Amino acid sequence: MTRILNVVDRPVVIAFCFVVVLLILGGMYNQQFLSALYLLQQLRVASFLGIIASGAMVVILLGHIDLSIPWVVTIGGITATAVAGWWGAQWTALGVPLAVACGALVGLANGLGVAFLRIPSMVFTLGMNAVVQGMVVMYTGGNAPPDQATPILQWLAVRDTLSVPHAVIVWALVGVLVIVALNRTPFGRYVYAMGNTERVTYLSGISTRRILIIAFVVSGTCSAFAGAMLAGYAGKAYQAMGDPYLLPAIAAVVLGGTSILGGRGNYLGTVAGVILITLLESILSVMQISDSARQIIYGTMIIVMMLVYGRDRRVEG
Amino acid sequence: MKGMQLWFARNSGALFALALFITMFAVYVVKNGVGLRIGLVTAVANKGVLLALVAMGQTLPILTSGLDLSIGMIFVLTNCIASAILSGPPWLVAAGSVAVLLGGVLCGAINGTLVVYGRLQPIIATLATGAVYHGLALIIRPVPGGSIDPTLARAWTSQIFGVIPTTLVILLAVVLLIWVPFQLSTTGRGCYAIGSSESAAYMTGIAVRRSRFAAYMFAGLLAAIGGLLLTAMTLSGDASATSGGIYTLSSIAAVVIGGTSLMGGVGGAVGSIFGAFVLRAIGDLLFVFDIQPLVQPFIQGLILLVAVSLGAIRVLRTPNRLDFLGVGR
Repeated sequence: MTRILNVVDRPVVIAFCFVVVLLILGGMYNQQFLSALYLLQQLRVASFLGIIASGAMVVILLGHIDLSIPWVVTIGGITATAVAGWWGAQWTALGVPLAVACGALVGLANGLGVAFLRIPSMVFTLGMNAVVQGMVVMYTGGNAPPDQATPILQWLAVRDTLSVPHAVIVWALVGVLVIVALNRTPFGRYVYAMGNTERVTYLSGISTRRILIIAFVVSGTCSAFAGAMLAGYAGKAYQAMGDPYLLPAIAAVVLGGTSILGGRGNYLGTVAGVILITLLESILSVMQISDSARQIIYGTMIIVMMLVYGRDRRVEG
Repeated sequence: MKGMQLWFARNSGALFALALFITMFAVYVVKNGVGLRIGLVTAVANKGVLLALVAMGQTLPILTSGLDLSIGMIFVLTNCIASAILSGPPWLVAAGSVAVLLGGVLCGAINGTLVVYGRLQPIIATLATGAVYHGLALIIRPVPGGSIDPTLARAWTSQIFGVIPTTLVILLAVVLLIWVPFQLSTTGRGCYAIGSSESAAYMTGIAVRRSRFAAYMFAGLLAAIGGLLLTAMTLSGDASATSGGIYTLSSIAAVVIGGTSLMGGVGGAVGSIFGAFVLRAIGDLLFVFDIQPLVQPFIQGLILLVAVSLGAIRVLRTPNRLDFLGVGR
């Protein structure tokens, strides 16, 4: 037992405990909350946030932040559906790769700005977000590109195999990739090292700029990919579809025990954080609590959970 | 002479923002072709002052190398409170205004408590309180509306002696009565010290907790002054999540353009005022240059990106790459 506790971080255990408590509370309100159907549906909804949070986590581990998530998600969704209008219906299969490429490109721009111009990521990605928003408005405003979800997107986001949602499988694949990259590759080691002290990492001869750029590309890729899947889930792509995902993504990563200052964090924690936030939102909306009270409960829950396990050490010289 | 150089070095960011704004404003006035009319100046001032106040508030937590992601929501919440209570006889309106400001102070104090005594990371603590404040605003104002005494509102949004926009006078009063005394006080100096090196500040015996708490509390107060003015301008309250989010993000951008470092310890609220006016001037410039509406957001985004990059860029002045790699914790 102690061995397991050593392997898994304390915040991860506590976050999963909160998930169980939420489920029990929900189950006491209504038995339906514990049905397999409801839980699978929640996992499906969680997978979109989960993919976004995967990328956000890599950047946060470096001690940086990616505020361009909202419009990268949107550009991903819009590109994935618009391809049919560019070259005809037979090319719709290219939608997802193109969306991912768009996201990677924005991520590359973010990474270059942060790594070479040394502009704080919070500011540069904020500016990039505005630029990408402008590009989307410019493109979709004059002509109306196709925004209906293609069959491939729907297959990814709303179909099941043996009653397991494809979206959950995709999230699991992304998760495995991130876990392997963070724990079993030099890149992952460097990410943790840079999050702790960038200076020492640089003096150790590691190309810190390359790590920064890769991390932002990963974040952009994840966001755009999630955007494409969201378009499949919602049935269409629309402006500002990524806006509701920025803060939950950051909250999920941090609730999962990743330090916002970088250097510490575990992907399992992010999984717990994503499930926690999705369940919380779902249970509150099923209980038909008004939007205002929902916001208050949502915010208070985050504060309470962070007070339980997310506190900083005291300053002592 | 030496003191002069030091002053320029310390305020280069704010001076840069001021020069940028003057240039943009001059181009706007010339291109607009109606001359320097008082109505035009008042309109520009009213638009800029709201963001300027929120940005001033945002400057304080940033100076302590923190951040207030709830500031836009405090602005929106105080706007909603004001829209609910600012009516009736003059003494009631005056009392209402004080209550609105106290509401902002209370929000800021809650943020401060969580950050200082809860020892939560500012980003995540204010992210959460922002959601709470938005919820409260929605309870007060489920739908946009309100009944505000129009006479007082008109007085706040027009001109004094017919020449000086009242909002500018209010802004100046805020600078002279709140910012300058705060900056000169021990508590204010403490904020700069924390931003430069928290452990050194602690070892020096600076009241780290009091300074940091004050930074968040004053941020709430300044956002509330903004919320009060917004109510006077729009004569209504609106619990809009979008508006709160935009003000939060724009305030960060304004602070950076105004020369305050996101790492803390360097800068000031006066620079943020110029930064806010620069941000507002971008939209006006696009308007007078007849840029196609569909292209406007893109160009606006591009200018924003360049402006914040110029405000934040440090590489060009750094001889050794190690200087901008943090020393770690």
